[in-house]
Amino acid sequence: MVSKSPTNPLVMVAQALFYGLFAVIIGYFSTSPDYHHLDPDTALIKLSFSTQAEPAGECRERTPEELAKLAPNMRAAKTCPRERSPIRVSIDLDGKHLFEGVAPPSGLSKDGPSTLYRRFEVPAGEHTLSVKMNDNVRIADFNHVREEKMTLKPAQILVIDLRKDRGGIFFE
Amino acid sequence: MQRIESFFDEIFGAAANPWRHLGALGFYFLWIALATGIYLFIVLDTGIEEIHASIEYYTHEQWWLGGIVRSLHRYAADGLVLVMLLHILREFLYGRFHGFRWYSWITGVPTLWLVYASGIGGYWLVWDQLGLFSAIASAEWFDWLPIFNTPATRNFLPGVLTDRFFTLLVFLHIGIPLLLLLALWVHIQRVSQSDVFPARSLALGTLAMLLVLALAKPTVSHGKADLTMFSPVLHIDWYYLFIHPLMYATSPGGLWAIAGALTLLLLILPLLPHPRQGPVAVVDPPNCNGCRRCFVDCPYGAITMLPHPDKPGHELARVHPELCASCGICAGACPSSTPFRSMDKLVTGIDMPQQPVGALRAEMERKIAALRGQVKIAVFGCECAAASSRLESGDTAVLNLMCSGLLPPSFVEYALRGGADGVLVTGCREGSCAYRFGTRWTEERLNGRREPHLRPSVPAERLRLDWADRHEMSHLKATLDDFRQHLQTLGADEKRPRAYTPRRIVQHG
Repeated sequence: MVSKSPTNPLVMVAQALFYGLFAVIIGYFSTSPDYHHLDPDTALIKLSFSTQAEPAGECRERTPEELAKLAPNMRAAKTCPRERSPIRVSIDLDGKHLFEGVAPPSGLSKDGPSTLYRRFEVPAGEHTLSVKMNDNVRIADFNHVREEKMTLKPAQILVIDLRKDRGGIFFE
Repeated sequence: MQRIESFFDEIFGAAANPWRHLGALGFYFLWIALATGIYLFIVLDTGIEEIHASIEYYTHEQWWLGGIVRSLHRYAADGLVLVMLLHILREFLYGRFHGFRWYSWITGVPTLWLVYASGIGGYWLVWDQLGLFSAIASAEWFDWLPIFNTPATRNFLPGVLTDRFFTLLVFLHIGIPLLLLLALWVHIQRVSQSDVFPARSLALGTLAMLLVLALAKPTVSHGKADLTMFSPVLHIDWYYLFIHPLMYATSPGGLWAIAGALTLLLLILPLLPHPRQGPVAVVDPPNCNGCRRCFVDCPYGAITMLPHPDKPGHELARVHPELCASCGICAGACPSSTPFRSMDKLVTGIDMPQQPVGALRAEMERKIAALRGQVKIAVFGCECAAASSRLESGDTAVLNLMCSGLLPPSFVEYALRGGADGVLVTGCREGSCAYRFGTRWTEERLNGRREPHLRPSVPAERLRLDWADRHEMSHLKATLDDFRQHLQTLGADEKRPRAYTPRRIVQHG
């Protein structure tokens, strides 16, 4: 057993060794091993939207009797249902089905925005991307459609969004 | 675990043994991270376009100051996670999560979350590809919970982020560590004389280690965050960011399940069946003179002082049962615990019902009176340390205490005056005491550095202290053999204390 004196060379060497080991453990796992998040030859398609869909029912004119029952400052001629439509989504890539789903309206009264977030890893290269959405239950078919040929670079991120102020479906 | 700690004692000494001071080391890493963080905050430009460039500037152009400070900040934060996890493991292996320790264990759980929240936010601030990856992965994780009206991931779409985001990040990266400090303050509330700063040699050694690491492997950033591209390979910090690969290997819901289950497991551990704690200390008002020694020595702040109901101007100790560890260190601190008091039934100011000082005196008198042999030795041992009861023989009487800190120093002199030729006091190694200060206080009391102290007239050559953990029984036996030989050489010298209580020896003999 060595002397515990801090000036004992053996003790100093042993301390240096353990401090060194401590440093190696901290330093190594601080950056290593590498994490291969995605294949370098892939691209990422992100479907992400958060938008309010069309009302779930038709607006209608209030009758004179209904208007009379309302306070004078509340007598709007037209009334619309509060509930919003769910948003249906269908995505095809190169003619093959990639995703199909529904984003229901949020909120207890189902009057909030519908949100959806999905990510798809696809091979980089030329693709035909077809995105269809319906945000109005009163329309049977998809009322937002966009199809585009594109070249996705390796490690590129393509975002599919639904923004009515920007013309509906758009790719970014 | 004790073997590892004993091994490190030989190299670092008990006072600077990192294994015995993982909590203090954790605090130390936090202090370093906070101090270096102040400088980094001053030089950081929080604009969305400028933040990465400002960090790159002080990493590369000002490497001799900013670069080193950044590396110290990063490695101290990593070290904090490492020692925190070891601290949890050590306390778990020692079973220190139930009984009176439930509070420290439970309050430690939120600090885990706060450490990770502090560290992960720091990676976002760098705003490189790694920071972006971490931010998106964290947002995807939180989006699994139905708490956001708009998904948090939408913040990281092109054109959405503004400078304000980084102002918020800086606020969080300062605010959460401050919350962490508050949580740590709560965490150590039930221990007195908290170990929040390591011994100087350990502190200097650790700082030197971090400096060498900062120079040998400076912290650098990935490329600037680009919301239109991802980085296929990332040099991630596994101490903090392992949760992201774990999430992508499972799912956001899976990661919540893992994190929730681990948190729940830690929280319910104190509720699981465990050995029942012994009775707590009891104060006897007529024998308490309000000297405050028990109040000062209690390792868990379980004793407070109140005005004495019967003695105006005096104080009276009060034990808080929910805080008491049942260690008996208070009984060892009480000046009324002296066995020289002439009363037949020795009652002290504060005592342990399961091992009263009066019973200890009676046991000692009986055992010493029964000793036969050339030299007679009294051994005061500790239930938590090496099994001293195995030393008992015809010439050796063993008194096993709940904690060596329960030993009133006057018992040593009483044993010598009662017929013992020498006294061996043993217990856990320094830093290994199950009740934190049992070994330290006992050593200081017997060496005259702490009240109540052993009288200087007691010959030092007839007293031996030897600290041995459970696995060091052979060492303790060797110490006893050596002590026995030493006492044989002393013989009946002049300095030996003369018999003080012949009545009792006759009574038991």
